[in-house]
Amino acid sequence: MKILVCVSQVPDTTTKITFTPDNKSLNTAGVQFIINPYDELGITKALELNEQTGGGTVTVITVGGADTEPNIRKALAMGADDAVRIDAEPTDAFFVAQQIANYASSQNFDLIFTGRESIDYNGGQVGGMVAELLNIPHVNVITAISMNGNMGTVERDIDGGREVVEVATPFLVSAQKDLCEPRIPNMRGIMTARTKPLQVIAANGNDQRTEVAQFQAPAPKAGVKFIDPNNMDELVSLLHNEAKVL
Amino acid sequence: MSVLVFAENSEGRFKKAAFEGVAFASAIAGGSVTAVVLGNMDAAQVAELGKFGASKVLHYSDTSFNAMDAGVFAQVISDAASKVGAQWVIISNTYTGKAVAPRVAVRLNAAFAPGIIALPEGSTVKRSVFSNKGFADFSLNQAVKVVSLTPNSYSFAEGSGTAAVESCSFSPAGNRVTVKEVKKAAGKVPLTEAEVVVSGGRGLKGPENWHLIENLADTLNAATACSKPVSDVHWRPHSEHVGQTGITIKPNLYIACGISGAIQHLAGVSSSKVIVAINTDKEAPFFKAADYGVVGDVFDVLPRLNEAIKAFKNS
Repeated sequence: MKILVCVSQVPDTTTKITFTPDNKSLNTAGVQFIINPYDELGITKALELNEQTGGGTVTVITVGGADTEPNIRKALAMGADDAVRIDAEPTDAFFVAQQIANYASSQNFDLIFTGRESIDYNGGQVGGMVAELLNIPHVNVITAISMNGNMGTVERDIDGGREVVEVATPFLVSAQKDLCEPRIPNMRGIMTARTKPLQVIAANGNDQRTEVAQFQAPAPKAGVKFIDPNNMDELVSLLHNEAKVL
Repeated sequence: MSVLVFAENSEGRFKKAAFEGVAFASAIAGGSVTAVVLGNMDAAQVAELGKFGASKVLHYSDTSFNAMDAGVFAQVISDAASKVGAQWVIISNTYTGKAVAPRVAVRLNAAFAPGIIALPEGSTVKRSVFSNKGFADFSLNQAVKVVSLTPNSYSFAEGSGTAAVESCSFSPAGNRVTVKEVKKAAGKVPLTEAEVVVSGGRGLKGPENWHLIENLADTLNAATACSKPVSDVHWRPHSEHVGQTGITIKPNLYIACGISGAIQHLAGVSSSKVIVAINTDKEAPFFKAADYGVVGDVFDVLPRLNEAIKAFKNS
């Protein structure tokens, strides 16, 4: 299958998030950027699907500046065949989705992966938007996928359970944990990644529909009130009378 | 102002998030709103949305809409939005909403904000970002605005009133997703919508001790959750994992049992209204994020807490 995997780079999960003094952007000083963990699952599953059928290609695409290239090379080291970088700041989800859809529309991909959300903005917007722009079905938050010819059998999370669905290619899925274990690049992968094709394309248009007015740090907690482990009646009373949650 | 709200149902019953969404939409409109309901549902029940501020319901009752196909749902909801000339479209940020809302936004050429947590101020909406490590105000710069509302973000009350129900039909186009099998976690409160969540970590020592969590959850009518290490070793399914790479939740009460409180875990739960942490280690990071702390062994504390809550409920 010809598979496209959408990749974004995000602050490492251990990052302590702070904002610039004008509260307009993330303070990136000292922040290490990694491939969004859900996108790594998409890359891995795409490779596994093609390995099962013994053919096909996996292309990764990202919208971002040259600073994303080390992470793109990591995706190639994991085993992706080639990469596309749309050279633009990923300013809002619609802009990113439109750039990806714009590229994908002429490429006839059988299957497109995104992560179920990026762990920075947590929006989970891009997958659905790309699918709608390409006018193809999508299955969100998937935990399993198998292909039989052009028919995919996909398991997805739903509120209070899981569901198995069927859908014919072309379609888009967004990866959730449980889909697979992310692949760790080996030395051979890292060496070959250096020479794999990485195409840089200029962005098309600048249709941005939202913008960040300001960021805020969460309000600090008032401080914990400790309760004697032998006096759970007191805790219940506080939860009822003070916190009013019982 | 014309506001449309998608009131989601599950097997013919509205979820609490649907009522919350209607009330929220009504607050934005400053009056009554139109709701859209998909799939087969009892007409009297549909009309109950009137109690939360819907004067009209567009009911697309075709049974094929009982199964969720994001592409199809988006077509129907944007059809309804165009019908009423909606300037705002409100969707719940549930699994269904997460799949459907971005597609609706594209179809309506709208600006979209997922998972907002408060009423908009003008065209600016607030949501949490960086997995609750921060918040952001987004301005929505299109004539039509689509937002999805994080469940348990908006307090509302049941009023009176009956909505006029209009039966609608729509034939979706394009390739479809077909549901083959549903695996419901039987009798459980869905985690993302739960008002109370009881969560266990490695301090529980093994899956065989999970009855301590489940018993307390039963007493509180709560959902159960777990930390990442617990789902990593398969003591509990990943669907219960809350945290930065799991589910982000916003219950009224979160009870963390034997969880140390790593930054990634706190990210997923720090929006909870009230946090209770139970841990043997007084230095556990969770106590910095909690409102109430109990330094003690979960094996002693949980049964005692369970009895205390039972006694309170019976009093």
